[in-house]
Amino acid sequence: MNAPLGYIGDTPAQRLVPAQPIVRLEKVSKTFPGRDGQPVTALREIDLAVPQGSILGVIGRSGAGKSTLIRLVNGLEKPSSGKVIVDGADIAALPEAALRHARRSIGMIFQHFNLLSSRTAAQNIALPLEVAGFDKAEIRTRVEELLALVGLTDKRNRYPSELSGGQKQRVGIARALATKPKVLLSDEATSALDPETTRSILDLLARINDELGLTILLITHEMAVIRNIAREVAVIEGGRIVEQGDVFEVFTRPQHEVTRSFLADESGRALPPYVASRLQTEATPDSQAVVRIGFRGPHATDPVLARLARDLNIETNILSGSVDEIAGRPFGTLVVGVPEASLSTTLDFLKKHGLDTEVLGHVA
Amino acid sequence: MSPEMIRLIANSTGETLYMVAVSALIATLFGLPLGVFLATSAKGELFAAPWINRVLGVIVNATRSTPFIILVVAIIPFTRLIAGTSIGTNAAIVPLTIAATPFIARLIESAIREVDQGLIEAARAFGASPLQIVLKVLIPEALPGIVLGLTLAIVSLLGFSAMVGAVGGGGLGDLGIRYGYQRFMPEMMLAVVVVLIVLVQAVQSIGDRLARHLNKRIRHA
Repeated sequence: MNAPLGYIGDTPAQRLVPAQPIVRLEKVSKTFPGRDGQPVTALREIDLAVPQGSILGVIGRSGAGKSTLIRLVNGLEKPSSGKVIVDGADIAALPEAALRHARRSIGMIFQHFNLLSSRTAAQNIALPLEVAGFDKAEIRTRVEELLALVGLTDKRNRYPSELSGGQKQRVGIARALATKPKVLLSDEATSALDPETTRSILDLLARINDELGLTILLITHEMAVIRNIAREVAVIEGGRIVEQGDVFEVFTRPQHEVTRSFLADESGRALPPYVASRLQTEATPDSQAVVRIGFRGPHATDPVLARLARDLNIETNILSGSVDEIAGRPFGTLVVGVPEASLSTTLDFLKKHGLDTEVLGHVA
Repeated sequence: MSPEMIRLIANSTGETLYMVAVSALIATLFGLPLGVFLATSAKGELFAAPWINRVLGVIVNATRSTPFIILVVAIIPFTRLIAGTSIGTNAAIVPLTIAATPFIARLIESAIREVDQGLIEAARAFGASPLQIVLKVLIPEALPGIVLGLTLAIVSLLGFSAMVGAVGGGGLGDLGIRYGYQRFMPEMMLAVVVVLIVLVQAVQSIGDRLARHLNKRIRHA
């Protein structure tokens, strides 16, 4: 698994240069001709910049336009308007032959792996090299390096039907890296895999990003993928990017409804059913306020409720909670019931301690 | 069965195999590129040429709807032009090839269409040209299906080749008509049928085996 990796040809010193966007989408729109003659707009005025060496995740529900977005980057789709710049070249304006050449520096992996069933693992990895016209000896050396990189040296002569899902995706990754690309596009690469395999594939992608300095643009509908490896995130909905920025910032202080809905899918963040069903908007004499407290970064481990009880003698009732990690930083959520009379004091106290609060409602 | 009869059957079997082999070979030579083109030239595909695709489709269908026995007669002038004669084994190869080519093209088209579109997308994504996609992705991936299609075509050609016997084409059909029917030799007719059954069985099981060997989608024990 831990094979030498120093072959992509950039030194650590080069990677420290301030990150220039290697992929840039400028006011990109895409319209498809619809079945009934009505054009369907998949993307509207998308602006997106993927800094060199970063991992940017685009998250969206199915039909949000994320598949179209990623296919614009390697020219599998042409934008209806706007520019797609990859490594300085306008992908949409390139003639076919030049586009094929440019695609060698843009690797792509797929949800369903898309491996040739008639070729072994090694032969699948060799295919882009054969297509690019490398000679046999070069191909053999390169394929061995790649098999070692993805930890499949002992499976080189297996056909895809003899490999597990995770192993197939490793072959897919090795194939995508064969021509030493600068950018890797990941199209729902872990969506067909179980959580444990997903984790190992994401670890591999993170390692490739770290050790080879490869820029990764991924699309997913899974929050776990973004949380585990992305550093930047763009949330896409109805063909528009509705929120974009540092993963921790976006997911700890979500501004848009869709972003919140992705967070709600996460365990511990949704209200428990017995609270949700009794939640009302107005306070009543015997109700308590339901407050969501977000603990970010350094505050995530503060014993703040204990202090609240000790310093102000306010007793809270814990309804649900979780402590998680987003982009490597701890992030906690706690939903508590607070006596109505102490609500404003409590909120002031929490804000003073640098915590995010949100009053969700009241329960009797 | 007399040694004479056995000699006749052996000769005719040889003629049949010759006609079928040569016409299958030539028909595949034409049918393979035609089938690949039919499978890849509809709107939005690799070699998109919807108009040519439609015209070729009509020609293929027209040829396939013409009853074989009528086709044999109808193209006699063309057969003379190619083979120098309209009678005999070599002459029979011309209509057999013409009938088999569109059939093989359709079988290959459907085998190619079975290939997962995701593979074409992956190949485009790593920079393969349309021709490279055909040669390195579509044909290798469709090969088990192509082999099964060709097996079916060869079995049909065995049947067709017996029909050209009716117009003096030689082979087992010819033998069956002349001896079995016209000279009232039911044992000869039976022998011809048995030989044809054995040939069909042999072709089919070889084809099945080859296709199974080529198909890596199934785990082999």
